[in-house]
Order: sequence, then C-alpha cells, then structure tokens
Amino acid sequence: MILVVVEHDRGTMSPASWEALAAARKLGETHALTIGEAADGLVEQIGAFGATAVHQVHDDLLGDYGPELWGEVVAQAVTALNPTMVLTTGTDRGNEVMAHAAAILDLPMVANVVEFGDGGLVRVRWGGSLLERCTLEAPTHLVTIAHHAFAADESPNSATATQLSVQLDPTLGRTVVRDRVERAAGVTLATAPVVVSGGRGVGSAEGFAPLQELATALAGVVGCSRAVTNLGWRNHTDQVGQTGTRIAPDLYIACGISGAIQHWVGAMASKKILAINTDPEANMVTKADYAVIGDLHQVVPAITAEVRRRRASRP
Amino acid sequence: MRILVCVKRVPAPGARINIAADGQAVDTAFLGFTMSPHEECAVEEAVQLVEKHGGEATVLTLGPAEADEQLRYAASLGVANAVLLPITGPDWDPQRTAAAIAAAITELEAADGAFDLILFGNESADSGGFQVGVRVAHALARPIVNGIKGIEVQGDVLVARREADVGVEVYEVPLPAVLGVKEGINLPRYPTLKGRLASKKVAVAQVLPDAEPGGQKMVTLMPAAEQVSATVILGTGPEAAAAVVDMLEEIGVLK
Ligand SMILES: Cc1cc2nc3c(=O)[nH]c(=O)nc-3n(C[C@H](O)[C@H](O)[C@H](O)COP(=O)(O)OP(=O)(O)OC[C@H]3O[C@@H](n4cnc5c(N)ncnc54)[C@H](O)[C@@H]3O)c2cc1C
Ligand SMILES: Nc1ncnc2c1ncn2[C@@H]1O[C@H](COP(=O)(O)O)[C@@H](O)[C@H]1O
Repeated sequence: MILVVVEHDRGTMSPASWEALAAARKLGETHALTIGEAADGLVEQIGAFGATAVHQVHDDLLGDYGPELWGEVVAQAVTALNPTMVLTTGTDRGNEVMAHAAAILDLPMVANVVEFGDGGLVRVRWGGSLLERCTLEAPTHLVTIAHHAFAADESPNSATATQLSVQLDPTLGRTVVRDRVERAAGVTLATAPVVVSGGRGVGSAEGFAPLQELATALAGVVGCSRAVTNLGWRNHTDQVGQTGTRIAPDLYIACGISGAIQHWVGAMASKKILAINTDPEANMVTKADYAVIGDLHQVVPAITAEVRRRRASRP
Repeated sequence: MRILVCVKRVPAPGARINIAADGQAVDTAFLGFTMSPHEECAVEEAVQLVEKHGGEATVLTLGPAEADEQLRYAASLGVANAVLLPITGPDWDPQRTAAAIAAAITELEAADGAFDLILFGNESADSGGFQVGVRVAHALARPIVNGIKGIEVQGDVLVARREADVGVEVYEVPLPAVLGVKEGINLPRYPTLKGRLASKKVAVAQVLPDAEPGGQKMVTLMPAAEQVSATVILGTGPEAAAAVVDMLEEIGVLK
C-alpha cells in the first residue's frame, strides 16, 4: 500500500496533493493520510483521485500546521500502517514534513522525484536543471514528487474514512504556526499571466520604470534576476530562478538577462519567452522563442508605445 | 549568542551544467565554486545577529579540503571560527552527512558550550535533498523550521517568518533552535579588504567525520530534457516594436 500525505492548509487541499494522489495510484493501492480535523471534509476529493481509504488523525495539537507535529504523525502512521511507500508533495511543506518523518524513522528520503522506473527513481537536482537516477534501500520508501511532474488526472473511487490514533508530545507544539499575515489580493509573480523581467543590463533601480510601464500595459508584473537583487535594485520577492520564484506565465519578457542556468530553471515553464538583449549569443536569446537584438532602454519603451497605439486605434 | 552556520561547497555553473564522462559528478574543469545563496544569507544572518546581540559565529562544512575556500569566504564576512569535516571522493548521502555533522556539533559543544542557534540553508544548491538540517535538529533534539525569511530574537524565543501561498506564517521557536533559511531574508554584504585579510589568519579546526552510509545511492546523473526551439528574431532595436506587438496579438497576450 502507498500512503499519500495530503498537503492542506486549514482544510484546503493543495493542487500538488492531487498530483501526489494521481502519481501514487499508478504505482499501487493508495491510501491517504489527513492531519487535523480541518481536513475531514476532503474524503470525497481524495477519492476522486483514486485513493481507497483515508486515515484521519485528530488531536487538539493539530489545529494549524506545525512541521514537527506533522512529521511525528507521519512517522507513527508508517509504524501503524506499514506502507511500502509514503509519498507527498515536493513543496515547502511536503519536503519539510517528509524530512521530519525520515529523521524520526531513520530512513532515507528522496526529494522531488519525477519518474518511478525499474532502474530506480529519477529526481531533480539543481532546482531542475539536472536529473539523478538513484536507488533506495529501505523497508519503506519515503518520497516527495516534483510539482508539475505528474498529471493530476482523476480516477473516481469512493474512499472510506477511518480514524488513526496517535500519541503526541505537547512540547512539539513549539513549532506550530502562531500567527499569519494574509497576503493582499492581486496578481503575484507566481500567478501573473505576463512577467517583464530585468537583469543587470537594466543598469539601475530607476531603469526598471519602463519595464514596469510595459508590465502594467500588459496586465503583468515585474520580475528580475539575482544580479539585480544582489545589487539592491529590486526586492528578492521579484527574483525569478532556482532560489527565487518559479513562474509559468503565458509570456516571459527577459530584458538584459544573460540566461544563466539558475535563472533559466525558474522561467523555463513559461509558455512563450521573448528575450531583449544586446548580445545575440546570450543564452537567454538562443533559448527563447522570440528575441529582439538591441538596447533594452530603447526597445522596451518602443514596445509600450506600440501597445498603446494599437489599443487606441482599435474600433 | 553562539551561532553555527552549515554550508556546502558546490560548483557555480554558468549557461549550462555539463556532466563528467562517468556520470557521477558535474564536470567542474572550468568552473568556480560557491555555496548556495540560501547559505550565503544564513552566514549574513549569523553575522548580523552577532552584531546585534553579541557573541560569536562559527561556520562548518563537510567536504573536500578545497572547501577551505568557502569557510574563509564566510570568515571574510565576519564569522569568527571555521570547522572543516574533511572527506575525499564523492559527496556523502544526506543521512550520512547529517549524522557526521550532528556528531561534530556534539563534540564542538562539549568543548566550548552549546550553540544557541544553528542555521542551515533551506536546501543545498546542487543535490537539493531538503533534509540535512532537519536530520541534524532531530539528532540534537532541537526544534527546526525551514523556509525562514525573517528572524527576530525576543529573549529566549525566536520569532521566525516564512512565506507561504496564503501569506506570511509566524513561528515562535524556543532557543536553542535550528532554522533553515531562504535567500531574501537579508542582502548579503560583500567582503571588505580588511575582512579578506583577516580571514586568511583564521585557524580552520578539523573534526574527522565518521558515519555509516545511508540508504539512498546515486546511480548516475543525467541532463534534464531541454525544449529546443529555434529562436525567431523579431528585429533589431526599437524598430522591432511593431513585430513584437504582432506577436503579442498572435499569442493572445494583448487584450
Ligand atoms: C546556486 C545558485 C543559485 C542561483 N539562483 C539564481 C536565481 O534564482 N535567479 C537568478 O536570476 N540567478 C541565480 N543565480 C545567479 C546566476 O548564476 C547569474 O549570476 C544571474 O542570473 C545573472 O544575472 P543577469 O543575467 O541579470 O546578469 P548578467 O549575467 O551579467 O547578464 C546581463 C545581460 O544583460 C545584457 N545587456 C547588458 N546591457 C544591455 C542593454 N543595454 N540592453 C539589453 N541587454 C543588455 C548582456 O548582454 C547580458 O546578457 C544563482 C547562482 C547560483 C550559483
Ligand atoms: N556537506 C555539507 N556540509 C555542511 N552543510 C551541509 C552539507 N550538505 C548540506 N548541508 C546543509 O544542509 C542544508 C540542506 O541540504 P540538503 O539536505 O542537501 O538540501 C544546506 O543548505 C546546508 O546548509
């Protein structure tokens, strides 16, 4: 049996969890583990992705997310249910919870798997720019899957829910979320349909004003490279890449960005990429769908002006 | 505060990552080396916390003798002590790495007193196992939260912030504690000339690592599939604007 740890936030299931359930179902009989009473309403949704049983864990300590408590619950579920594999999401929470369970059980853990095969597991390294084939020697395989690597396709089943009892040490409540500051509504770098990004070639913090104008004209947001955050021109929340944000907009416009591999992995899921660069040999240019060779300080305002002109001339 | 930061020496590839002929490592023939940006920020955070609250920071790595370079880089930013756990040959797996680091910390603490705070990167830049810090925290029976982008010391409690889809989560973790930090928590400084000179004089302590291999074995590295698309050059200079906007209309971005 494969046990999927369902990632949810106060009862809202993450889309990555759908992928985990769908991936698990193709490997064998799938059960799900939900942590906290808030997740009790998820049984039907979990069944829709092919799980046959849901093990629900209730405890007063499990009111909100806490990495140590969640890891402890997973470890006790492994001991009680004896699954051949525990699978969850390769997200901040998923990787964290699995690492806690692995540490408690002293078992190996493989993060961000993209393929289950006869020759072993394939996982991503370097934020996605390199793959590793590895083998696991362990009575229970602890695995997280990379986000977007598996389709979240449904296979309706009716899952039955049962309670799983656990013994939790109250001191583990020390790492439960104490407070949260909700994000203001609106498009974010991660969700914007268009991202206009600038690199070192922009030249200064002020140089981003024309990029912001183009982004606004296209209902998008501004992004940047790490060179830019390191220079203090933009906040790190704007950074695209391995140690910034992974984005998948309809269009990514990379202005004055060379296209280092650690930047590219954050942008490569974009549907279309337009590079604007003075260097026709820049990696960003050779990998993009479209390119304009030239000085971004001239090209970007010209595009914004043309966008406005076309809009104004529409009937 | 006594603060320890754990960093890993990794190659710094440019436009692409080339794999060595035997498939066991990245071809580093023409590459420099660095640490993960997350870890650079962990070093900066340790230095800032010491500047604010007093005490001393120490940097530790398990790696080849050449990792001396990363230890001295941290020292050039203001970290007082450096510890190398030397290994030869390929990288150790995460279980083994964590066991060796936890044992070394126990040894260091027995000699010089406990660390109030141990900082890790959220994940290493190369292998990205998302686990060494968590395993070390469990071995030392201390709390750990990952993904931290803000730390404030309030007496014997750390107020730590982390970004989630829903907003910012706030944790209150009792000291002594362990945190995994992410880039963006601060803006790392550049080493000063004075810092660089001072770092040359730092004595790097050695602790010989000793731990059993874990259950995960790397078989081979493989290149990630690349979508190859021939780039359509829409033009040169501002005159290309019309062709660009034609393209925006064609792909449905111009609403
Ligand atoms: C472990 C690790 C993680 C990393 N994570 C990230 C990450 O998350 N995100 C990230 O971005 N980087 C990351 N990096 C850094 C990355 O390797 C590069 O250093 C960085 O992306 C370079 O930024 P850049 O393209 O803006 O600068 P450069 O490489 O300096 O490129 C500037 C480009 O601008 C062009 N240009 C100059 N002037 C003009 C002009 N007037 N008009 C048009 N074009 C012009 C140049 O031709 C050049 O192509 C990471 C590195 C490491 C080692
Ligand atoms: N060889 C190492 N030496 C010191 N610290 C390490 C080493 N490997 C990993 N770490 C630390 O553990 C964190 C998580 O690593 P990982 O589990 O490989 O993603 C890294 O960001 C480092 O802070």
